[in-house]
Amino acid sequence: MNIQLSAMMIMPEIIMTVLALAIVVVDLFVKRKDIVALLSLITAGVVAYATLNGSSGEAFSAMYIADGYSVFFKLVFIISLILTILISVKYIEIEEINLGEYYTLMLFATLGMMVMASAGDIISLYIGLELMALSLYTLAGFMTHNTKSNEAALKYFLLGAFASALLLYGTSLIYGITGTTNLKAIAAYLSVHGVAGNPALMFSLILFIAAFSFKIAAVPFHMWAPDVYEGAPTSVTAFMSVGPKAAGFAAMGRVFLIAFGSLQLNWAAILIPVAILTMAVGNVMALTQTNIKRMLAYSSVAHAGYALMGIIAGGSEGVAGMMNYLMIYAFMNMGAFAVVIMLNTKESKGDQITDYIGLAKSHPFASILMLIFMFSLTGIPPTAGFIGKFYIFMAVVKAGYAWFAAVAVIFSVISAYFYLRIVMLMYMMEPTAELSLSTSTGTGLALLIAALAVISIGVLPSGVISLARAAIAGF
Amino acid sequence: MNFLNMYFSPGTIDLFINIAIIVIKIAVVVGVVMLHVAYATYFERKVIGHMQVRLGPMRVGPHGILQPIADGIKLFFKEDIIPANADKPIFYIAPVIALVSALSSLAVLPFFEGFVIANINIGLLFIFAMSSLGTYGIIMAGWASNSKYSFLGGLRSSAQVISYEISMGLSLVGVMMLAGSLNLTEIVKAQESYPLGMFLFPQIIGFFVFMLSAIAETNRAPFDLPEAESELVAGYFVEYSGMRFALFFAAEYIGMIIMSSIATVCFLGGWNGPFDIPYVPFAWFLVKVYFLIFFYYWVRATLPRYRYDHLMALGWKVLIPLSLLNILITGIVKVLL
Amino acid sequence: MGGVIFGYLAGVIILLSILVITVKNPVHSVMFMLLMFFHIAGLYLTLNAEFLAAVQIIVYAGAILVLFLFVILLLNLKDELRMKRTTWSWPLGVAAAGALFIAAFLSLRSFVPGTKGVITTAVIKAETNTKVLGRILFTEYLFPFEVVSLVLLVALIGAIVLAKKRQRS
Repeated sequence: MNIQLSAMMIMPEIIMTVLALAIVVVDLFVKRKDIVALLSLITAGVVAYATLNGSSGEAFSAMYIADGYSVFFKLVFIISLILTILISVKYIEIEEINLGEYYTLMLFATLGMMVMASAGDIISLYIGLELMALSLYTLAGFMTHNTKSNEAALKYFLLGAFASALLLYGTSLIYGITGTTNLKAIAAYLSVHGVAGNPALMFSLILFIAAFSFKIAAVPFHMWAPDVYEGAPTSVTAFMSVGPKAAGFAAMGRVFLIAFGSLQLNWAAILIPVAILTMAVGNVMALTQTNIKRMLAYSSVAHAGYALMGIIAGGSEGVAGMMNYLMIYAFMNMGAFAVVIMLNTKESKGDQITDYIGLAKSHPFASILMLIFMFSLTGIPPTAGFIGKFYIFMAVVKAGYAWFAAVAVIFSVISAYFYLRIVMLMYMMEPTAELSLSTSTGTGLALLIAALAVISIGVLPSGVISLARAAIAGF
Repeated sequence: MNFLNMYFSPGTIDLFINIAIIVIKIAVVVGVVMLHVAYATYFERKVIGHMQVRLGPMRVGPHGILQPIADGIKLFFKEDIIPANADKPIFYIAPVIALVSALSSLAVLPFFEGFVIANINIGLLFIFAMSSLGTYGIIMAGWASNSKYSFLGGLRSSAQVISYEISMGLSLVGVMMLAGSLNLTEIVKAQESYPLGMFLFPQIIGFFVFMLSAIAETNRAPFDLPEAESELVAGYFVEYSGMRFALFFAAEYIGMIIMSSIATVCFLGGWNGPFDIPYVPFAWFLVKVYFLIFFYYWVRATLPRYRYDHLMALGWKVLIPLSLLNILITGIVKVLL
Repeated sequence: MGGVIFGYLAGVIILLSILVITVKNPVHSVMFMLLMFFHIAGLYLTLNAEFLAAVQIIVYAGAILVLFLFVILLLNLKDELRMKRTTWSWPLGVAAAGALFIAAFLSLRSFVPGTKGVITTAVIKAETNTKVLGRILFTEYLFPFEVVSLVLLVALIGAIVLAKKRQRS
């Protein structure tokens, strides 16, 4: 193993680590935390640059893979990181949690996700996952004076630890059956030795599915999501609903499509009901929510269902559809959360759906943005959400699951009710109370980026599509 | 595993002979060490007595030489008082844990060339493991007694022992790196090519950190806050009496002997000396251990007790960074040479 | 012989784990957990992993469990003893665990071990477990090994952030 070559390959991770550690130290001497935010943004930019210009190949005895797939996902993580930092600056000041560690932990969480996306071995995947998860547990409980935040952190921690245990147990079984934890070696062993129908292997597969379902909040392992999303600081919720979810999908794609590629029939048989249930529970439960964070939590559960369809469809179309969807989801969900965060002021929390009544009268600009994001989350053209869903459904149809796509469309229609209810409240009702927004340059910038992305991808989808297609060339 | 092989080797006779040899070795070592414990107390009272310009025990036997025997008999026949609200099972078992964890470490110590009860590959780690268990004896005693003083003593002690365990473990990493082994016999042998047959000079920082941590680990003055008489009466064993008290007492002295033995084995070249002493292969070992034990008494007689926050600050902010620095320096030197 | 030892250790581990969660007094729970860790260390010994056995005791028994104990001692145990240990849903949990156990039991009967690696028992015996483990951690598993250090760092930062007193304006 050539260590220098390997070290060159993980340059994005090394840069992230070094700069994040530097920020930990700088934070000690800097009073103004927006400077720390700025430094974190610069770090994200540098890492994005290094990721795009990195070499591809395997490093560290195939523990680490740098390919188009990982680069694409890393971009999704970095986009969600940048948008989160932008919307955090003002918010954490209002909530009095503006500590420098907030940004450091976010950087480390992103680093963990990057390791996950690049994992060529279940061991490095697991370690990346833990790095991400530990940072997020802390971030979820960052408002130490708020019992809901404490509850969120504790629930997330306990269930996350449980999921990790399932993952490790599955790994141990796979290691016993195949004698390796390397994803490609597992695939090779499984295709050669024909242990496909082995119940022990199936048991391990189920454990993997359960563990990943926890991470992406798929039914029936979604229970934590609403409570955690509601209790965690809103900016952290925004981050959690995008980055870690995408990381979960990145890891899932590698594990199921590479290591368990030859067992596609088996896991698809489990994942299809999981995906349908996820869409059903997410969309139906979202209908009855009164808290916007809880509603978006269920919405994110539902979206996990749509993205899962990409993995089930498999093949380059399915994976590209899934990646594409997650990229689009990052922009639209972050945008929606940016609006939610604007409603949070010193005076009111603004996290009730009724707070949006008549918003269009007092703040037409914020309302139009919310309208765009809600349309996109529903999947109405010409927004990006439509493109994302369209390509995923197409892939599913091509893979021979036309009925599955039809079911998903039905749930999309159901989702229109609760997304458009917000729009309806904003535009069709008279304001009952004076509402003020907490605007800042950061939030404005995040909204601008997200809105532009959602519209431009919606109008000119070819860019992202071809990017995703190119990314999976070597997958 | 070596000792599993030792127990279950083919041939029943071999097995019995092996077991018999081990049992005899254990009996000899425990017997000798317990005797040393008894006389370590005498030694301590004499040394401190003379340092304070008094005579120490003088009544029982010539120069009080039989004093430890008399003390032992007295403790043995004393009434065993158990507080009414104590958690009985844990109250009973705490002194046993303390003593057993202290005695277990003796199993891997090489007293002279070829004499060790269990020559295992992870000797040093085994000692860490056992010494970390000693905490349980203390903390359980403190809790089970259901008394404020014991409780505070137990809390202080556990925090102190955990903190100093880190620096103690790290201070020995340099030794492991130089010796390339965790086996104590091999660590002694590895020292033969160094000046004076010791790791003392190349590992002087490690030795310094180890000795300070060892004093704290054994709850000895000036780090004896868990049993600080002036504030906690006797700390975690304030409610113990009779033989149970004696067990704690013995555990403390065994701990001291073991810490001195580890220092001897890891830093002072073990049984090797400047010249061979015929017929007594453990002579140098004994001399070095007794010198270190004398050092303990010397420190106790000289220094006043630390304040608790100072103690913690010393452990976390001075000793741990120092021992990390030692590892770094050792690593660099080892790579460069 | 190996089977008997494994049977004893595994049985006792299960028994002790059940005791840990059913015993009323948290301090007694910790004591049972301590015993359980010893048996797990014993399990490692039967697998020629003496380094792991020692580390199991040092890290889990010597450090983590003492911290548990530390926290428990600072709680008000009298309230703890009066509290109900379980919620209404415990039969559900037991049922789920039982189902999982049966599923695992039935499926694992068809377990076929895969190819053996290069580090056999003979290699470990010749080189000692510590050396073999150290070498493999610093070569093949270097990348995850280094990332683990970041995991620990994050845990450290996280603990400090959550525990530190904050001045509120």
